[in-house]
Amino acid sequence: MLTITGIRKTFNPGTVNEVRALQGVDLTIEEGSFVIVLGMNGSGKSTLLNAVAGSFFVDTGSIELAGRNVTRWPEHRRAQLIGRVFQNPFSGTAPAMSIAENFALAARRGHPRGLGWALAPHLMQPLRERIASLRMGLEDRLDNAIGSLSGGQRQALTLLMATWLKPKLLLLDEHTAALDPKSADQVITLSDEVIQRDKLTTLMVTHSMQQAVSLGDRIIMMHRGRVLHDFRGAEKKRLRPEDLLDRFDEVRRREQLDESAATMLNELYV
Amino acid sequence: MTLLIGALTIGLILSLLAMGVFVSFRIFSIPDITTDGSITFGAAIAATLLVRDVNPLLATAAGAAGGALAGSITGIIHTKFKINSLLAGILVMTALYSVNLHVMGRSNVPLMQARTLASIGESFGQTLFRGRTIDVAGWPVSSADAAVLILAFFAAVLGGGALFAFFRTNIGTAMRATGDNPQMIRALGANVERYIVMGLALSNGLVALSGALLAQYQGFADAQMGIGMVVWGLASVIIGEALTSTRSLGLTIVGAVMGSVLFRLLVAIALRWGLNPNDLKLITALFVFAALVVPPFVAKLKRGKPAAA
Repeated sequence: MLTITGIRKTFNPGTVNEVRALQGVDLTIEEGSFVIVLGMNGSGKSTLLNAVAGSFFVDTGSIELAGRNVTRWPEHRRAQLIGRVFQNPFSGTAPAMSIAENFALAARRGHPRGLGWALAPHLMQPLRERIASLRMGLEDRLDNAIGSLSGGQRQALTLLMATWLKPKLLLLDEHTAALDPKSADQVITLSDEVIQRDKLTTLMVTHSMQQAVSLGDRIIMMHRGRVLHDFRGAEKKRLRPEDLLDRFDEVRRREQLDESAATMLNELYV
Repeated sequence: MTLLIGALTIGLILSLLAMGVFVSFRIFSIPDITTDGSITFGAAIAATLLVRDVNPLLATAAGAAGGALAGSITGIIHTKFKINSLLAGILVMTALYSVNLHVMGRSNVPLMQARTLASIGESFGQTLFRGRTIDVAGWPVSSADAAVLILAFFAAVLGGGALFAFFRTNIGTAMRATGDNPQMIRALGANVERYIVMGLALSNGLVALSGALLAQYQGFADAQMGIGMVVWGLASVIIGEALTSTRSLGLTIVGAVMGSVLFRLLVAIALRWGLNPNDLKLITALFVFAALVVPPFVAKLKRGKPAAA
């Protein structure tokens, strides 16, 4: 479904702000699999998602999605294959526009937008039913501006919008990190429901070890712009949050060792 | 009464300008100075065609199309060449000054002899009302002026209605979302840059339409007629928002029309009372400045009060 081959990305090359965000990532994701991406800050996990979504072009390597080479496709073109939910609840919806209008926009994802009415009658009935299934009481507020809703409600709606037309790939970028624990739980439950029901191929970045072990069928651990561990199948099922924390500690200790060695060498030879 | 009718007519014609500025300034948050050039461009094209006996409707449409072209050039300079939108507008406005002089061949084209929408309206009014004057609530009103006022009213209603309808289509909704949250609409597959170009074309098309009609109403096109028009449009939009105090799309468009008419009336009254016409642009600019600065300031005061009490 998704084949990533040797992608690299360096931001601000040749300057003091140079960041080697991706340093050769290879990854193949089968259709219908739900992959969790873990990693510390700066490990490149969000950069990986953005590279797949097309927020920028990679320096080298290729990205193939649903049998098409999308490496040089601009972001808006890739959107016909990809549904996205961002970390910031404000990013995924147009705040001044109504709930119904936001869904009308999502209902044309990847399709040409003509001069037909955006709020077409055939859209409204399924929309009302789908939003009623959230049990947030929003089905009676379809004409309200989406900016008047809470972060949790907006993320739930963004998720429905991203999956309204079944995407070939769903990208969830820490989409519950900015929410209070209760809303985060609701949105996670909803995400899992939607992903299972539509058998969506999914890449989800998270900081939560709990989410990582309880969701999905595969875990990718990233470090310094590379894939460090890849847990799948029975191994993934056996993983507990402590195991993952141990792996992180291992990485951290190795880093510290590197650092102290560097300091020592520095003191000795410089 | 003549003064009132004149002010209403110009206010209605300029409400198309206000709608254009609403599109660029409120939908896309771009203060688009191309407006100053494109209103003249619309007038220049229409006037030049009219003195050559082109059908007035066709000449007006050509003027509007010219404005749309100017707007899309600003949009392309802004999106493709990554030049700040304000600077892109200044570049096109400056270039248009020369273009307008070339189109007209001189700095002023009189339309007194030409067959224009206004002259058609006037003769139609005299046939319709059977005479040179009609009686409106005890006041004698020139039937020609009344007919032109009605024409201007229909132009505003038609323009506003079309704009409202457009913004409820799939393309129009996506265009509004482009201004509201570009990241979101890009993730939903819309080419944001293309929508900005289309939006600025729409905005300047409306502005140039307003210019083409204004030239026919006042009986001439002039190279200087666009100066300060974007600020004029801003003033209308802001007054309209104060009148309707809403963000609902339909009412905002109605508000822009009302704002344009009210502002024109206020100006006419001020001039009647002896305001020096030279001060007009200064006062308009001060007004827009105040309208942008005062509401946040008042809100701050209101928030401060409960704490102080």
